[in-house]
Amino acid sequence: MTFDFSPGRFLAVLSKEFVQMRRDRITFVMMIGVPIMQLLIFGYAINSDPRHLPTLVEMADEGPITRAILSGMETSTFFDFQGVVTGPGEGDRALRDGTANFVVVIPPDFERDVLRGLKPDILVEADGTDPTAIGGAAGAMPGIIDTAMAATLTGPLATAARPAAPFGVTVHRAYNPEGETSLNIVPGLLAVILSMTMVMITAVAIVREGERGTMETLIATPVRPAEVMAGKIAPYVLVGYVQTLVFLILARALFGVPFTGSPLAFFVGFNLFIVVNLALGFLISTVARSQMQAMQVSFFTLLPTILLSGFMFPFAAMPGWAQTIGSAIPATHFLRLVRKVMLKGADLSDVMGNVIAILLILLVISAIAMRRYRQTLD
Amino acid sequence: MTADVENAISVTGLTKRFSGRTVVDDFDMQVPKGAIYGFLGPNGSGKTTTIRMMCGLLTPDAGQGACLGYDILTEQAKIKARVGYMTQKFSLYEDLTIRENLDFIARMFAVPDRRSRVTETLADLGLTDRAGQLAGTLSGGWKQRLALAACMIHDPQLLLLDEPTAGVDPKARRDFWDEIRKLSAAGVTVLVSTHYMDEAIQCDFIAYIAYGKKLISGVAAEIPKMIGLSTYRVTGPDITALETRLRAEDAVAQVARFGAVLHVSGTDAAALDALAARMKGPQKWERKEAELEEAFIYLMSGAADNFSGAAA
Ligand SMILES: Nc1ncnc2c1ncn2[C@@H]1O[C@H](COP(=O)(O)OP(=O)(O)OP(=O)(O)O)[C@@H](O)[C@H]1O
Ligand SMILES: [Mg+2]
Repeated sequence: MTFDFSPGRFLAVLSKEFVQMRRDRITFVMMIGVPIMQLLIFGYAINSDPRHLPTLVEMADEGPITRAILSGMETSTFFDFQGVVTGPGEGDRALRDGTANFVVVIPPDFERDVLRGLKPDILVEADGTDPTAIGGAAGAMPGIIDTAMAATLTGPLATAARPAAPFGVTVHRAYNPEGETSLNIVPGLLAVILSMTMVMITAVAIVREGERGTMETLIATPVRPAEVMAGKIAPYVLVGYVQTLVFLILARALFGVPFTGSPLAFFVGFNLFIVVNLALGFLISTVARSQMQAMQVSFFTLLPTILLSGFMFPFAAMPGWAQTIGSAIPATHFLRLVRKVMLKGADLSDVMGNVIAILLILLVISAIAMRRYRQTLD
Repeated sequence: MTADVENAISVTGLTKRFSGRTVVDDFDMQVPKGAIYGFLGPNGSGKTTTIRMMCGLLTPDAGQGACLGYDILTEQAKIKARVGYMTQKFSLYEDLTIRENLDFIARMFAVPDRRSRVTETLADLGLTDRAGQLAGTLSGGWKQRLALAACMIHDPQLLLLDEPTAGVDPKARRDFWDEIRKLSAAGVTVLVSTHYMDEAIQCDFIAYIAYGKKLISGVAAEIPKMIGLSTYRVTGPDITALETRLRAEDAVAQVARFGAVLHVSGTDAAALDALAARMKGPQKWERKEAELEEAFIYLMSGAADNFSGAAA
């Protein structure tokens, strides 16, 4: 069989796809709308480092040090003081029914004991059922107290400033000293958005021909598979470009996500990632019999992309088997690449490992897809 | 494969299995150049599958053949460029307009002078003012007519038409057959599957397939003779009661009713004559030539099981 690629037929398929895309309003709007929505939801609503947690205070003493500590907690934005409780029972009840995440207990004679250097304890009772919710706040406590004490007590008394909060994991957040989730999650989101739309749209667009029966007319013409593939995929590559552009602009404008690294590195990784997703969509289209199935299988591949790629949970913290699966997911590598380039100022040589990983995955997926592609109806 | 100059289609031993079930079984067919060849058979008998194998859309599990002199197993690309295939189910793009559909197909076949050709086709169809309408919004019959026009836009040498007139009104069907005859006269070969007897009669040749096996094929006019049916035409009172009684008779292979007329057929002419003599009553019995219609009703009624030897 000779390899003949007719630019005329390729362009015909291409323009047909564009017309169909334009007529399919809902899908078209979704392609641009969904990424924006996801960006807003993940950027604003879903916050794995929550702040403004409802907090109650049980005050058995009062004075300048107490006030300094409480105001330090409030300005840290982790805690939101809702009121004062009068006895231990009330605080416990609030914790149990969830109206408060924290109860801060200032012991009797606190002010005097501090001044005498008796190291009194401030007890912070926390609702431990949601560790992620309180983790950040609890971790920040020692620092807040230190600062507050240091500001209040000067001179020889400063040595007395040693309250004992029994918790205190210092969280070191490199590249994101504020611990803002959006900085970390937004670049990762690009990987998820591209995976979702590119894989699904390609799979559905190809399967649609088979499902509607138009494939029969199409392959009864002299059109070559390569022309069909190229003509069908090219418009969606363009969609991927538009999505990414919109995404980068919004990430900058709304969340102040910087772009510190090399645009070239980003460009290489990004194009490769689009191609790998299109190949995956193509592979799914050879398995799925209907658009519905194509959609379902695409969603199925999306799940590990979100959960195991390091987007939702830190990759290093996952068990070994999950890391193994995660390494086979293209988004894992693209996500690292994007974070490195956008947040850490990486250039092409820094991300070579990620690029090669994506290339390997691409090779495997394309090989399987090509073996499965049929040019006939059977 | 040597080029067959006489035949536009020449296939032997075509076999297709779907998950172990043989759908087309050892199928032979020779379609002379320029002929109108009718392809008949009950639902699910394998007509569509056979046509798909001929134009390279399905790979046969066994058998070989040539279409327009090109091997159906290895030269599908050449066949596709020269064949117009109209699918049974409407398979143009419903979300493209009529003009866009025609234009797309024309581009696939690299039709020279494309724009004027498309405009011309639209005019022939009488769809010029509706050219901008989405194909999916056409009525069923108009979809068929559009599909037919689309598969002829590149002036193919061979037309494979899978039930092209299903759902098409009588006037349009007549126009369609006029067009087919014109094309045939110009040397285009037409293989057309149909369930309509009035269309079968218009064909030069006919093949009849059932359960994936070809039962009979040959010149259309000779088919009834090949089957060897004798037929009586019965008219008169109490036809309905007579029909019930006749169905119980051994000599009668089939009773077909056409309004107030019964066509009583059997393969054993002598036995049928005897029966006619015995049953003579208020009704009038006339010996008549068996026609295609009876032949096919006979074939379709499954009485074909004990039929043998007549296959061409
Ligand atoms: N892709 C397929 N997979 C499995 N079975 C199939 C497939 N295509 C056709 N068949 C089966 O093959 C048999 C023949 O089908 P075919 O469509 O060729 O019949 P037909 O003669 O065209 O019928 P009709 O007159 O109803 O159009 C049917 O039993 C059908 O179920
Ligand atoms: Mg059919």
